Amino acid sequence: MNNPFYLLNYPLERLRQHAVIAGLALFTLGCGNQHTTDINQAGVIYCSEGSPLHFNPQLDTSGTTSDATSHQIYDRLLDYDVESGRIVPGLASSWLISEDGLTYTFQLRKQVSFHSTDYFSPSRYFNADDVLFSINRWRLEDHPYHQVSDAQYPYFMSLGLPESIKSVEKINGYRVEITLYQPDSSFLANLATDFAVMLSEEYANMLMQSGTPELLDSQPIGTGPFVFQEFRKDRFIRYKRHGEYWKGIDSAEHLIFDITPSSSLRLAKLMTGECDAIALPAQSELEIIRQRPDMQLEEKPGLNIGFWAFNTLKPPFDNPAVRRALAMAIDKNTLLEAVYFGSASRAKTLVPAASWAYQVDAQDTAYNPVLARNLLDAHGVEPGFEMNLWAMPVERAYNPNATKMAELIQQYLSEIDVQANIVSYDWTSFRQRLAEGHHDSVLIGWSADNGDPDNFYRPLLTCAAIESGTNRAMWCSPEYDDIINQALKVTDIETRKAIYAQANQLLSEQLPLVPIAHALRYQAHRSELNGLVINPFGATRFAGVRKMQ
Amino acid sequence: MIRYALRYLNLMVLTLLVLSVVSFALAYWFPGDPLTNLSGIQEATPQTERFLAEKYATEHNLFVQYWHYMQLVFSGDWGVSFSSGLPLYDEITLALPATLELCAYAFLLSLIVGIPLGFIAGLKHYTGTDYTVLSLSVFSYSIPAFWLALILILIFCLQLGWLPLSGRINLLFDVPHQTGFIVIDILLSDIQNKSAALNDAFRHLVLPTISIALINTAITVRLARRSIIDVMSKGYIIAARSRGLTNNQILWKHGVRNTLLPILPLIAAQITTLITNAMVIETIFSWPGIGNWLIQAIYQRDYPAIRAGMLAVSSFVVILTVSIELITRLLDPTRDKNERGTI
Repeated sequence: MNNPFYLLNYPLERLRQHAVIAGLALFTLGCGNQHTTDINQAGVIYCSEGSPLHFNPQLDTSGTTSDATSHQIYDRLLDYDVESGRIVPGLASSWLISEDGLTYTFQLRKQVSFHSTDYFSPSRYFNADDVLFSINRWRLEDHPYHQVSDAQYPYFMSLGLPESIKSVEKINGYRVEITLYQPDSSFLANLATDFAVMLSEEYANMLMQSGTPELLDSQPIGTGPFVFQEFRKDRFIRYKRHGEYWKGIDSAEHLIFDITPSSSLRLAKLMTGECDAIALPAQSELEIIRQRPDMQLEEKPGLNIGFWAFNTLKPPFDNPAVRRALAMAIDKNTLLEAVYFGSASRAKTLVPAASWAYQVDAQDTAYNPVLARNLLDAHGVEPGFEMNLWAMPVERAYNPNATKMAELIQQYLSEIDVQANIVSYDWTSFRQRLAEGHHDSVLIGWSADNGDPDNFYRPLLTCAAIESGTNRAMWCSPEYDDIINQALKVTDIETRKAIYAQANQLLSEQLPLVPIAHALRYQAHRSELNGLVINPFGATRFAGVRKMQ
Repeated sequence: MIRYALRYLNLMVLTLLVLSVVSFALAYWFPGDPLTNLSGIQEATPQTERFLAEKYATEHNLFVQYWHYMQLVFSGDWGVSFSSGLPLYDEITLALPATLELCAYAFLLSLIVGIPLGFIAGLKHYTGTDYTVLSLSVFSYSIPAFWLALILILIFCLQLGWLPLSGRINLLFDVPHQTGFIVIDILLSDIQNKSAALNDAFRHLVLPTISIALINTAITVRLARRSIIDVMSKGYIIAARSRGLTNNQILWKHGVRNTLLPILPLIAAQITTLITNAMVIETIFSWPGIGNWLIQAIYQRDYPAIRAGMLAVSSFVVILTVSIELITRLLDPTRDKNERGTI
């Protein structure tokens, strides 16, 4: 009885009882799924890949920004039909093109209401003033809003649209007339892109009066299916349904963008049901999604291109022969297998096979390291030459893993005695430095914003696109610009095709960039999510997306 | 007693002083312009630049600059973040409570599980139960917290699908920010289906809390076991027994208090380990706390954020550690005596 440890019996029993109670309490927590169903049913969570830079897609061509804004908060005068690719009415219910192809008249939809939030309550419906404001903001340099938010309007500038529009006139409250200097067969396509959104003139005036015009781009007001509520950088964006949406589509009550930069984490969250849909599933994860019954993977040929661009302002990359030699040093097929896991097609020109302008017999570079070395020798590039190779730090459909691709290219280049140093920064600084032209060469790409081939040829390589920061090769050729402009003056598709074939010929001689791949587009979502379709012509649309009961 | 309080305060003030000097110096050590690193304002107009130069007194010598810097720190003007452009004070006060909440629950859990287990092992020492508990505690002590977190995610989130793996609450619940402690915020808010929100918040808490608490639980178990073995062999326990007290009375009246008194300060000192672990675990569970925030800041080379975050976290840990020491001193005069004997 001296042993103090026989004391145990009773207290231990007590401890045991407590442990059981605590365990039960924890267990009931785990079983509480039922309560959350209502709120889960009412909202849709989309795991996106990054934070938008602005809440106005006029200001930025990045897919992240347009995914978060274009089709959620705003509407455009015209839209693309996701299935047929045809242009359909948006806020303009009908339009008329004059005989000479210079004047476009748009009839606007009536009784379209803007969002009403705690920072703005609209007093009127959408009308011609809003159209004038939205277009003139990027078109006119002396517009009071033109300089706000240090806006560059990259999409419109790279296409040279401000210079091609002669006037935008209000005929009456619901009719607008746009006159061009020259016929432009891609003009309607431009108005249907993610970037040609309609802002509220009344809201802009209110902000201008209160001295905070820059809020227009961070606290957005639009006519779209969702009302912006809250944004916390790198965390989430919160939207609620726009009750008086003019299309009357029955969308989810709440929409949340859960910002999750890591693609494997997005997939994990899709598995646990924390996301209902995810952005950009990684190529290596597609098989996992296909195999799970609770998830669905949709795929469509994408209007995009991944390429390797040389900075043609820097010697020796200003020499087409050097560019050709470097292009011949890499084996594109291996890159396709290793980086895209076969979910992309080999790119020969700028446009993918999905476009009508695709040229079947276009010339392509062939893998030939011996010839490459000889060419370099002939043009004074010594063995041991060092260059840098910039790899973008984010995944994009057109290049899911630029770093891996850079490493492969590095190996290929070392075979021809060229030493490539891989360079990367965070995405914002990366694009900034790229636009400033600090790179020798870069692995990047382009997703088209509209179905017109002009959207590949013009922003990627024309002289005007250097300034707007989409011409990564810094390549400027008046001859090329002439061809591209010529193609817009005709409406006949066969003639346009022939003109683009000339451009392809010029590009295959000059090689300012090496086209590598056209990737398929994928979207993954949980099976209970209904109504989400891939929009090959631009950003994701959540109008009409709901969970099934 | 007052002497000790003063000594600790002195120590704390000196440490904080050194920390603040280091954080000020960071602005100069980091690449780039010190003024930009201090204010967080990039590409300032000449006008703003003049204003900032005056605000941070960059025209004057370093001592004056430091003085201005400290005034701004105390007035809550910590500059703005490079990446978000928001005031750092707001960002940190948003993130820090999330970490503290996690730490508080993990600490409680480690006590609730660790002390009883330690008692059981100690009371039954050198038996099968004891060895089982001991080896379990060694095992859990040697598991790296981040690895455990990943394993837990693999089992409970991805395989079984029972628990969520990221964040504090399902984002569909729009809980307004008040205290920064999610559970309290939910209780204070006027959202509908509060109970569903609470439930969801708890489900988000389970895995991170367990991952952080495990190591501390293991330590607590060993401390409690050692202590109760010592106490139970003391003369006053045998005396109590001879006075005819029941087993129950002996354990609860004499055993528990005497066992806990010497180990409480040791357990409390583990809180700093807890915070360090929490900062790692946060990144795995995408918990919007200070650890996650700091790692993002480092990744994005957000120098003002690194500077302010480092100052906030380290000051917090220093204040907490010194306060714990001071409180245990106040509560346990016996330690005071020993110390006095040794001086």
